[in-house]
Amino acid sequence: MKMLEILNLFSYPFIIKAVIVGILVSICASLLGVILTLKKYSLIGHGLSDVGFAALSLAMAIGTSPILTAAPIMILTSFIIMYTSQNKNINGDIAIGIFSTGALALGVTVTALSKGFNSDVYSYMFGSILSMTTPDVISSIILSIIILSVFITFYNRLFLITCDESFAKACGIHVEFYQFLISFLTAITVVLGMRMMGTLLISSLIIFPAVSAKKVVKSFKALMISSALISVFCFVSGIVISFCFNIPTGASIVLANIALMVIISVCGHFMSIRR
Amino acid sequence: MTEKNILEVRKLTVKYKSSTKTTLALNDVSFTVKSGEYVFIIGNNGTGKSSLIKSVLGLIPASSGQVFLNCDKDKISYVPQANSILANFPATAEEIVISGTQKSSKHFPFYSRKDRIDADSAIELVDMVKFKKHHLSELSGGQQQKILLARALCKHPHLLVLDEPCSGLDESSSENFYQILKKLNLEQKVTTLMVSHDTLNIQKYASRIIKLNKKIISDNQANLYFEKRNKDTL
Repeated sequence: MKMLEILNLFSYPFIIKAVIVGILVSICASLLGVILTLKKYSLIGHGLSDVGFAALSLAMAIGTSPILTAAPIMILTSFIIMYTSQNKNINGDIAIGIFSTGALALGVTVTALSKGFNSDVYSYMFGSILSMTTPDVISSIILSIIILSVFITFYNRLFLITCDESFAKACGIHVEFYQFLISFLTAITVVLGMRMMGTLLISSLIIFPAVSAKKVVKSFKALMISSALISVFCFVSGIVISFCFNIPTGASIVLANIALMVIISVCGHFMSIRR
Repeated sequence: MTEKNILEVRKLTVKYKSSTKTTLALNDVSFTVKSGEYVFIIGNNGTGKSSLIKSVLGLIPASSGQVFLNCDKDKISYVPQANSILANFPATAEEIVISGTQKSSKHFPFYSRKDRIDADSAIELVDMVKFKKHHLSELSGGQQQKILLARALCKHPHLLVLDEPCSGLDESSSENFYQILKKLNLEQKVTTLMVSHDTLNIQKYASRIIKLNKKIISDNQANLYFEKRNKDTL
Protein backbone atom coordinates (compact mmCIF):
# COMPACT_ATOMS: atom_id res chain seq x y z
CA MET A 1 0.00 0.00 0.00
CA LYS A 2 1.41 3.37 -0.98
CA MET A 3 1.97 6.18 1.49
CA LEU A 4 -0.73 8.28 -0.20
CA GLU A 5 -3.29 5.52 0.28
CA ILE A 6 -2.36 5.27 3.98
CA LEU A 7 -2.76 9.02 4.36
CA ASN A 8 -6.07 8.84 2.48
CA LEU A 9 -7.37 6.41 5.10
CA PHE A 10 -7.26 9.20 7.67
CA SER A 11 -9.72 11.26 5.65
CA TYR A 12 -12.62 8.86 6.38
CA PRO A 13 -14.83 9.93 9.33
CA PHE A 14 -14.94 6.40 10.82
CA ILE A 15 -11.14 6.23 10.77
CA ILE A 16 -10.91 9.67 12.39
CA LYS A 17 -13.27 8.48 15.16
CA ALA A 18 -11.22 5.30 15.62
CA VAL A 19 -7.98 7.27 15.80
CA ILE A 20 -9.35 9.80 18.33
CA VAL A 21 -10.72 7.05 20.61
CA GLY A 22 -7.59 4.94 20.16
CA ILE A 23 -5.14 7.72 20.96
CA LEU A 24 -7.11 8.86 24.02
CA VAL A 25 -7.59 5.33 25.40
CA SER A 26 -3.91 4.55 24.69
CA ILE A 27 -2.78 7.62 26.67
CA CYS A 28 -5.08 6.81 29.62
CA ALA A 29 -4.11 3.13 29.70
CA SER A 30 -0.38 3.91 29.49
CA LEU A 31 -0.51 6.42 32.36
CA LEU A 32 -2.41 3.99 34.55
CA GLY A 33 -0.04 1.27 33.37
CA VAL A 34 2.96 3.06 34.88
CA ILE A 35 1.43 2.86 38.35
CA LEU A 36 -0.09 -0.60 37.92
CA THR A 37 3.12 -2.19 36.64
CA LEU A 38 5.27 -0.57 39.33
CA LYS A 39 2.81 -1.67 42.03
CA LYS A 40 2.76 -5.18 40.48
CA TYR A 41 -0.96 -4.84 39.75
CA SER A 42 -0.53 -4.96 35.98
CA LEU A 43 -2.71 -8.04 35.63
CA ILE A 44 -5.65 -6.16 37.08
CA GLY A 45 -6.38 -4.99 33.52
CA HIS A 46 -6.38 -8.57 32.28
CA GLY A 47 -8.60 -9.72 35.14
CA LEU A 48 -11.01 -6.86 34.51
CA SER A 49 -11.19 -7.54 30.79
CA ASP A 50 -12.18 -11.15 31.49
CA VAL A 51 -14.86 -9.86 33.84
CA GLY A 52 -15.83 -7.50 31.01
CA PHE A 53 -16.24 -10.48 28.68
CA ALA A 54 -18.58 -12.15 31.20
CA ALA A 55 -20.55 -8.91 31.63
CA LEU A 56 -20.85 -8.42 27.86
CA SER A 57 -22.00 -12.01 27.35
CA LEU A 58 -24.61 -11.45 30.04
CA ALA A 59 -25.71 -8.15 28.45
CA MET A 60 -26.11 -9.79 25.05
CA ALA A 61 -28.04 -12.72 26.55
CA ILE A 62 -30.53 -10.48 28.35
CA GLY A 63 -30.55 -7.77 25.68
CA THR A 64 -29.21 -4.78 27.64
CA SER A 65 -26.59 -2.21 26.59
CA PRO A 66 -23.20 -3.95 26.65
CA ILE A 67 -21.16 -0.97 27.88
CA LEU A 68 -23.74 0.20 30.43
CA THR A 69 -24.00 -3.35 31.81
CA ALA A 70 -20.24 -3.96 31.84
CA ALA A 71 -19.19 -0.64 33.42
CA PRO A 72 -20.80 -1.01 36.90
CA ILE A 73 -19.88 -4.72 37.11
CA MET A 74 -16.23 -3.96 36.26
CA ILE A 75 -15.99 -0.99 38.62
CA LEU A 76 -17.37 -3.15 41.44
CA THR A 77 -14.99 -5.98 40.52
CA SER A 78 -11.99 -3.63 40.45
CA PHE A 79 -12.85 -2.50 43.99
CA ILE A 80 -13.22 -6.12 45.16
CA ILE A 81 -9.87 -7.08 43.55
CA MET A 82 -8.15 -4.09 45.19
CA TYR A 83 -9.77 -4.85 48.55
CA THR A 84 -8.85 -8.53 48.51
CA SER A 85 -5.32 -7.69 47.28
CA GLN A 86 -4.84 -5.65 50.45
CA ASN A 87 -5.87 -8.60 52.58
CA LYS A 88 -2.61 -10.13 53.81
CA ASN A 89 -4.11 -13.62 53.60
CA ILE A 90 -4.74 -13.39 49.84
CA ASN A 91 -2.09 -12.32 47.30
CA GLY A 92 -3.09 -9.81 44.64
CA ASP A 93 -2.28 -12.21 41.78
CA ILE A 94 -4.42 -14.93 43.38
CA ALA A 95 -7.37 -12.53 43.67
CA ILE A 96 -6.97 -11.53 40.01
CA GLY A 97 -6.61 -15.18 38.94
CA ILE A 98 -9.80 -16.16 40.76
CA PHE A 99 -11.84 -13.37 39.18
CA SER A 100 -10.27 -13.78 35.76
CA THR A 101 -10.85 -17.51 35.29
CA GLY A 102 -14.19 -17.45 37.10
CA ALA A 103 -15.48 -14.64 34.87
CA LEU A 104 -14.19 -16.29 31.68
CA ALA A 105 -15.96 -19.54 32.60
CA LEU A 106 -19.17 -17.64 33.35
CA GLY A 107 -18.92 -15.69 30.08
CA VAL A 108 -18.41 -18.84 27.98
CA THR A 109 -21.31 -20.60 29.76
CA VAL A 110 -23.72 -17.68 29.30
CA THR A 111 -22.72 -17.29 25.63
CA ALA A 112 -23.11 -21.00 24.94
CA LEU A 113 -26.53 -21.10 26.64
CA SER A 114 -27.82 -18.05 24.75
CA LYS A 115 -27.01 -17.16 21.13
CA GLY A 116 -23.61 -18.86 20.94
CA PHE A 117 -20.44 -17.21 19.67
CA ASN A 118 -21.90 -14.79 17.12
CA SER A 119 -20.16 -11.81 15.47
CA ASP A 120 -21.09 -9.42 18.32
CA VAL A 121 -19.32 -11.59 20.87
CA TYR A 122 -16.28 -11.93 18.58
CA SER A 123 -16.12 -8.17 18.03
CA TYR A 124 -15.94 -7.61 21.80
CA MET A 125 -13.44 -10.41 22.28
CA PHE A 126 -11.01 -9.27 19.59
CA GLY A 127 -11.99 -5.61 19.13
CA SER A 128 -13.62 -3.72 16.33
CA ILE A 129 -11.99 -0.37 16.06
CA LEU A 130 -13.88 0.68 12.96
CA SER A 131 -17.25 0.46 14.68
CA MET A 132 -16.51 3.44 16.94
CA THR A 133 -19.54 5.66 17.31
CA THR A 134 -19.88 9.34 18.23
CA PRO A 135 -20.87 8.41 21.86
CA ASP A 136 -17.65 6.34 22.04
CA VAL A 137 -15.66 9.39 20.98
CA ILE A 138 -17.42 11.61 23.54
CA SER A 139 -16.95 9.02 26.34
CA SER A 140 -13.24 8.72 25.47
CA ILE A 141 -12.76 12.48 25.56
CA ILE A 142 -14.51 12.73 28.95
CA LEU A 143 -12.48 9.79 30.31
CA SER A 144 -9.22 11.30 29.11
CA ILE A 145 -10.02 14.66 30.67
CA ILE A 146 -10.81 12.94 33.98
CA ILE A 147 -7.69 10.75 33.95
CA LEU A 148 -5.34 13.53 32.85
CA SER A 149 -6.81 15.86 35.50
CA VAL A 150 -6.36 13.20 38.19
CA PHE A 151 -2.76 12.56 37.10
CA ILE A 152 -1.83 16.24 36.96
CA THR A 153 -3.59 17.12 40.22
CA PHE A 154 -2.41 14.14 42.24
CA TYR A 155 0.88 13.49 40.47
CA ASN A 156 3.01 14.01 43.58
CA ARG A 157 0.71 11.91 45.76
CA LEU A 158 0.62 9.11 43.16
CA PHE A 159 4.41 9.18 42.93
CA LEU A 160 4.81 8.81 46.69
CA ILE A 161 2.22 6.05 47.01
CA THR A 162 3.72 4.12 44.11
CA CYS A 163 7.25 4.53 45.43
CA ASP A 164 6.76 3.85 49.14
CA GLU A 165 3.33 3.11 50.55
CA SER A 166 4.47 2.88 54.19
CA PHE A 167 6.17 6.27 54.06
CA ALA A 168 3.06 7.77 52.44
CA LYS A 169 0.92 6.33 55.25
CA ALA A 170 3.37 7.65 57.83
CA CYS A 171 2.94 11.09 56.20
CA GLY A 172 -0.78 10.74 56.96
CA ILE A 173 -1.79 10.33 53.31
CA HIS A 174 -4.96 8.34 52.70
CA VAL A 175 -3.29 5.63 50.58
CA GLU A 176 -6.42 3.47 50.20
CA PHE A 177 -8.35 6.36 48.62
CA TYR A 178 -5.77 6.69 45.84
CA GLN A 179 -5.61 2.93 45.32
CA PHE A 180 -9.36 2.78 44.83
CA LEU A 181 -9.22 5.83 42.57
CA ILE A 182 -6.67 4.05 40.37
CA SER A 183 -8.81 0.87 40.26
CA PHE A 184 -11.88 2.91 39.34
CA LEU A 185 -10.05 4.66 36.49
CA THR A 186 -8.59 1.36 35.31
CA ALA A 187 -12.05 -0.21 35.17
CA ILE A 188 -13.42 2.71 33.13
CA THR A 189 -10.41 2.63 30.76
CA VAL A 190 -10.80 -1.10 30.22
CA VAL A 191 -14.53 -0.69 29.51
CA LEU A 192 -13.82 1.90 26.81
CA GLY A 193 -10.76 0.12 25.46
CA MET A 194 -12.54 -3.23 25.15
CA ARG A 195 -14.48 -2.03 22.13
CA MET A 196 -11.30 -1.01 20.38
CA MET A 197 -8.84 -3.73 21.43
CA GLY A 198 -11.16 -6.52 22.51
CA THR A 199 -11.43 -8.07 25.96
CA LEU A 200 -8.53 -10.42 25.23
CA LEU A 201 -6.01 -7.74 24.25
CA ILE A 202 -6.88 -4.58 26.19
CA SER A 203 -4.47 -5.30 29.06
CA SER A 204 -1.57 -5.00 26.59
CA LEU A 205 -2.21 -1.23 26.40
CA ILE A 206 -1.64 -1.08 30.15
CA ILE A 207 1.47 -3.24 30.34
CA PHE A 208 3.67 -2.79 27.25
CA PRO A 209 4.18 1.02 27.02
CA ALA A 210 5.17 1.27 30.70
CA VAL A 211 7.57 -1.68 30.45
CA SER A 212 9.20 -0.29 27.28
CA ALA A 213 9.47 3.25 28.69
CA LYS A 214 11.02 1.98 31.94
CA LYS A 215 13.97 0.68 29.90
CA VAL A 216 14.88 4.12 28.53
CA VAL A 217 14.20 6.76 31.16
CA LYS A 218 15.50 7.56 34.62
CA SER A 219 12.85 9.72 36.24
CA PHE A 220 9.22 9.04 37.12
CA LYS A 221 8.00 12.10 35.22
CA ALA A 222 9.90 11.04 32.10
CA LEU A 223 8.45 7.54 32.51
CA MET A 224 4.89 8.88 32.47
CA ILE A 225 5.50 11.06 29.41
CA SER A 226 7.45 8.49 27.41
CA SER A 227 4.97 5.74 28.26
CA ALA A 228 2.15 7.87 26.81
CA LEU A 229 4.23 8.72 23.70
CA ILE A 230 5.19 5.07 23.12
CA SER A 231 1.57 4.02 23.50
CA VAL A 232 0.34 6.56 20.92
CA PHE A 233 3.19 5.69 18.53
CA CYS A 234 2.40 1.96 18.76
CA PHE A 235 -1.32 2.60 18.32
CA VAL A 236 -0.79 4.61 15.12
CA SER A 237 1.79 2.08 13.85
CA GLY A 238 -0.66 -0.72 14.67
CA ILE A 239 -3.45 0.92 12.65
CA VAL A 240 -1.15 1.40 9.65
CA ILE A 241 0.14 -2.21 9.88
CA SER A 242 -3.43 -3.40 10.20
CA PHE A 243 -4.45 -1.71 6.93
CA CYS A 244 -1.26 -2.61 5.08
CA PHE A 245 -1.46 -6.32 5.89
CA ASN A 246 -5.20 -6.64 6.43
CA ILE A 247 -4.91 -8.04 9.95
CA PRO A 248 -7.07 -7.19 13.00
CA THR A 249 -6.20 -3.79 14.48
CA GLY A 250 -6.05 -4.91 18.13
CA ALA A 251 -3.56 -7.64 17.30
CA SER A 252 -1.37 -5.33 15.19
CA ILE A 253 -1.26 -2.75 18.01
CA VAL A 254 -0.07 -5.44 20.42
CA LEU A 255 2.52 -6.66 17.88
CA ALA A 256 3.75 -3.09 17.36
CA ASN A 257 4.16 -2.77 21.15
CA ILE A 258 6.05 -6.07 21.35
CA ALA A 259 8.32 -5.10 18.43
CA LEU A 260 9.19 -1.75 20.03
CA MET A 261 9.83 -3.41 23.39
CA VAL A 262 12.21 -5.93 21.77
CA ILE A 263 14.02 -3.16 19.82
CA ILE A 264 14.44 -1.07 23.01
CA SER A 265 15.67 -4.10 24.97
CA VAL A 266 18.18 -5.12 22.28
CA CYS A 267 19.48 -1.52 21.86
CA GLY A 268 19.73 -1.16 25.65
CA HIS A 269 21.66 -4.42 25.87
CA PHE A 270 24.19 -3.38 23.21
CA MET A 271 24.56 0.09 24.72
CA SER A 272 25.31 -1.41 28.14
CA ILE A 273 27.94 -3.70 26.56
CA ARG A 274 29.59 -0.73 24.80
CA ARG A 275 29.78 1.17 28.11
CA MET B 1 15.86 21.95 82.76
CA THR B 2 13.50 18.97 82.31
CA GLU B 3 12.70 18.25 78.66
CA LYS B 4 9.06 17.54 77.77
CA ASN B 5 7.90 14.13 76.59
CA ILE B 6 7.61 14.07 72.82
CA LEU B 7 6.28 10.50 72.74
CA GLU B 8 4.35 8.49 75.29
CA VAL B 9 3.44 4.84 74.75
CA ARG B 10 0.92 3.47 77.27
CA LYS B 11 0.16 -0.24 77.74
CA LEU B 12 0.53 -0.91 74.03
CA THR B 13 -0.44 -4.38 72.83
CA VAL B 14 -0.28 -5.40 69.17
CA LYS B 15 -1.65 -8.68 67.83
CA TYR B 16 -1.63 -9.92 64.24
CA LYS B 17 -4.66 -11.95 63.32
CA SER B 18 -4.81 -14.37 60.41
CA SER B 19 -7.58 -16.79 59.50
CA THR B 20 -5.88 -19.58 61.47
CA LYS B 21 -4.07 -17.91 64.38
CA THR B 22 -3.40 -14.80 66.42
CA THR B 23 0.22 -13.77 67.00
CA LEU B 24 1.17 -11.53 69.86
CA ALA B 25 3.77 -8.98 68.68
CA LEU B 26 3.80 -6.57 71.64
CA ASN B 27 2.46 -7.08 75.12
CA ASP B 28 1.66 -4.18 77.44
CA VAL B 29 4.56 -1.93 76.42
CA SER B 30 4.86 1.47 78.13
CA PHE B 31 7.61 4.06 77.88
CA THR B 32 8.18 7.75 77.17
CA VAL B 33 10.71 9.55 75.00
CA LYS B 34 11.86 13.01 75.98
CA SER B 35 12.56 15.71 73.45
CA GLY B 36 16.18 15.53 72.24
CA GLU B 37 16.80 11.92 73.29
CA TYR B 38 18.56 9.41 71.04
CA VAL B 39 16.82 6.14 71.85
CA PHE B 40 17.72 2.75 70.44
CA ILE B 41 15.28 -0.16 70.51
CA ILE B 42 17.10 -3.46 70.50
CA GLY B 43 16.15 -7.13 70.66
CA ASN B 44 16.37 -10.31 68.65
CA ASN B 45 14.38 -10.94 65.48
CA GLY B 46 10.65 -11.34 66.11
CA THR B 47 10.67 -9.48 69.42
CA GLY B 48 8.29 -6.74 68.24
CA LYS B 49 10.73 -3.91 67.41
CA SER B 50 9.31 -3.13 63.97
CA SER B 51 5.75 -3.57 65.25
CA LEU B 52 6.47 -0.96 67.91
CA ILE B 53 7.82 1.49 65.32
CA LYS B 54 4.90 0.88 62.97
CA SER B 55 2.43 1.31 65.78
CA VAL B 56 4.02 4.60 66.82
CA LEU B 57 3.76 5.80 63.21
CA GLY B 58 0.15 4.67 62.95
CA LEU B 59 0.91 2.13 60.21
CA ILE B 60 -0.65 -0.74 62.15
CA PRO B 61 -3.51 -0.53 64.65
CA ALA B 62 -2.95 -1.21 68.34
CA SER B 63 -5.00 -4.06 69.79
CA SER B 64 -5.06 -2.11 73.04
CA GLY B 65 -3.18 0.76 74.65
CA GLN B 66 -2.36 4.19 73.31
CA VAL B 67 0.36 6.21 71.64
CA PHE B 68 0.49 9.94 72.47
CA LEU B 69 2.52 12.31 70.35
CA ASN B 70 3.31 15.65 71.85
CA CYS B 71 4.07 17.30 68.53
CA ASP B 72 2.37 17.96 65.21
CA LYS B 73 1.82 14.69 63.24
CA ASP B 74 3.60 16.38 60.32
CA LYS B 75 6.71 16.76 62.46
CA ILE B 76 7.31 13.02 62.73
CA SER B 77 9.31 11.45 59.98
CA TYR B 78 10.27 7.92 59.08
CA VAL B 79 13.23 6.14 57.51
CA PRO B 80 12.40 2.56 56.50
CA GLN B 81 14.76 -0.39 56.10
CA ALA B 82 17.15 -0.04 53.19
CA ASN B 83 15.73 -3.00 51.30
CA SER B 84 12.08 -2.04 51.68
CA ILE B 85 12.15 0.55 48.89
CA LEU B 86 12.58 -0.68 45.34
CA ALA B 87 16.22 -0.12 44.46
CA ASN B 88 15.34 0.06 40.77
CA PHE B 89 12.31 2.29 41.18
CA PRO B 90 12.32 4.66 38.19
CA ALA B 91 13.07 7.91 39.98
CA THR B 92 15.96 10.27 40.53
CA ALA B 93 17.33 10.91 44.01
CA GLU B 94 15.89 14.42 43.82
CA GLU B 95 12.37 13.13 43.03
CA ILE B 96 12.52 10.76 46.02
CA VAL B 97 13.73 13.45 48.42
CA ILE B 98 11.18 16.13 47.52
CA SER B 99 8.34 13.61 47.94
CA GLY B 100 9.13 13.83 51.67
CA THR B 101 7.65 17.34 51.82
CA GLN B 102 4.14 15.90 51.37
CA LYS B 103 1.87 16.20 54.37
CA SER B 104 -1.66 15.14 55.19
CA SER B 105 -2.50 18.75 56.01
CA LYS B 106 -1.20 20.05 52.70
CA HIS B 107 -3.91 19.80 50.07
CA PHE B 108 -2.20 21.88 47.39
CA PRO B 109 -1.01 19.20 45.01
CA PHE B 110 2.15 20.82 43.64
CA TYR B 111 5.53 21.42 45.23
CA SER B 112 6.14 25.00 46.33
CA ARG B 113 9.38 26.97 46.13
CA LYS B 114 9.82 26.31 49.85
CA ASP B 115 9.47 22.55 49.29
CA ARG B 116 12.26 22.69 46.70
CA ILE B 117 14.49 24.69 49.05
CA ASP B 118 13.77 22.22 51.89
CA ALA B 119 14.58 19.27 49.63
CA ASP B 120 17.84 20.89 48.45
CA SER B 121 18.96 21.62 52.01
CA ALA B 122 18.11 18.06 53.10
CA ILE B 123 20.21 16.70 50.21
CA GLU B 124 23.04 19.00 51.24
CA LEU B 125 22.75 17.91 54.86
CA VAL B 126 23.38 14.27 53.93
CA ASP B 127 26.13 15.28 51.51
CA MET B 128 24.47 13.94 48.36
CA VAL B 129 24.32 17.11 46.22
CA LYS B 130 26.35 15.67 43.36
CA PHE B 131 24.12 12.61 43.18
CA LYS B 132 20.75 14.33 43.14
CA LYS B 133 20.11 13.80 39.43
CA HIS B 134 21.18 10.14 39.64
CA HIS B 135 18.75 7.28 39.21
CA LEU B 136 18.23 5.40 42.48
CA SER B 137 19.73 2.20 41.04
CA GLU B 138 22.97 4.06 40.23
CA LEU B 139 23.56 4.67 43.95
CA SER B 140 25.17 2.33 46.47
CA GLY B 141 23.16 0.95 49.41
CA GLY B 142 24.63 3.57 51.74
CA GLN B 143 23.85 6.39 49.32
CA GLN B 144 20.29 5.13 48.81
CA GLN B 145 19.81 5.12 52.56
CA LYS B 146 21.11 8.70 52.80
CA ILE B 147 18.54 9.69 50.18
CA LEU B 148 15.78 8.13 52.30
CA LEU B 149 17.14 10.04 55.30
CA ALA B 150 17.11 13.28 53.28
CA ARG B 151 13.48 12.55 52.33
CA ALA B 152 12.62 12.19 56.01
CA LEU B 153 14.45 15.43 56.88
CA CYS B 154 12.57 17.53 54.32
CA LYS B 155 9.84 18.46 56.77
CA HIS B 156 12.23 19.39 59.57
CA PRO B 157 11.04 16.62 61.90
CA HIS B 158 10.97 16.89 65.69
CA LEU B 159 10.84 13.10 65.99
CA LEU B 160 12.74 10.88 63.57
CA VAL B 161 11.78 7.19 63.59
CA LEU B 162 14.14 4.73 61.89
CA ASP B 163 13.62 1.02 61.32
CA GLU B 164 17.00 -0.73 60.97
CA PRO B 165 18.24 1.87 58.47
CA CYS B 166 21.74 0.39 58.25
CA SER B 167 20.91 -3.28 57.82
CA GLY B 168 22.92 -4.62 54.90
CA LEU B 169 25.26 -1.62 54.75
CA ASP B 170 29.02 -1.91 55.03
CA GLU B 171 30.84 -0.62 58.11
CA SER B 172 31.96 2.74 56.74
CA SER B 173 28.52 3.55 55.22
CA SER B 174 26.86 2.70 58.56
CA GLU B 175 29.37 4.80 60.49
CA ASN B 176 28.79 7.75 58.14
CA PHE B 177 25.01 7.36 58.48
CA TYR B 178 25.17 7.28 62.31
CA GLN B 179 27.41 10.37 62.34
CA ILE B 180 24.84 12.34 60.34
CA LEU B 181 22.10 11.25 62.75
CA LYS B 182 24.16 12.22 65.80
CA LYS B 183 24.89 15.62 64.26
CA LEU B 184 21.16 16.16 63.69
CA ASN B 185 20.44 15.09 67.24
CA LEU B 186 23.03 17.41 68.76
CA GLU B 187 22.74 20.44 66.51
CA GLN B 188 19.08 20.45 65.52
CA LYS B 189 17.75 18.64 68.60
CA VAL B 190 15.98 16.03 66.47
CA THR B 191 14.64 13.33 68.80
CA THR B 192 15.63 9.95 67.40
CA LEU B 193 13.94 6.59 67.95
CA MET B 194 15.75 3.82 66.13
CA VAL B 195 15.54 0.07 65.81
CA SER B 196 19.01 -1.39 65.35
CA HIS B 197 21.15 -4.49 65.81
CA ASP B 198 24.42 -2.62 65.42
CA THR B 199 25.96 -2.96 68.91
CA LEU B 200 29.14 -1.07 68.07
CA ASN B 201 27.34 2.06 66.88
CA ILE B 202 24.68 1.79 69.58
CA GLN B 203 27.45 1.95 72.17
CA LYS B 204 28.96 4.97 70.43
CA TYR B 205 25.85 7.06 69.84
CA ALA B 206 22.88 6.02 72.02
CA SER B 207 21.69 8.10 74.93
CA ARG B 208 19.17 5.45 75.99
CA ILE B 209 18.51 1.80 75.14
CA ILE B 210 15.21 -0.07 75.35
CA LYS B 211 15.49 -3.85 75.10
CA LEU B 212 12.40 -5.57 73.85
CA ASN B 213 11.10 -9.13 73.82
CA LYS B 214 7.43 -8.52 73.10
CA LYS B 215 7.48 -6.53 76.34
CA ILE B 216 10.16 -4.24 77.74
CA ILE B 217 13.03 -6.27 79.23
CA SER B 218 15.13 -3.25 80.19
CA ASP B 219 15.06 0.52 79.73
CA ASN B 220 18.32 2.24 80.69
CA GLN B 221 20.58 5.13 79.90
CA ALA B 222 23.17 3.82 77.43
CA ASN B 223 26.13 3.93 79.84
CA LEU B 224 24.15 2.03 82.50
CA TYR B 225 23.03 -0.57 79.97
CA PHE B 226 26.58 -1.32 78.85
CA GLU B 227 27.91 -1.26 82.44
CA LYS B 228 25.30 -3.84 83.42
CA ARG B 229 25.97 -5.91 80.31
CA ASN B 230 29.72 -5.90 80.96
CA LYS B 231 29.16 -6.96 84.57
CA ASP B 232 26.87 -9.79 83.45
CA THR B 233 29.49 -10.92 80.91
CA LEU B 234 32.18 -11.00 83.60
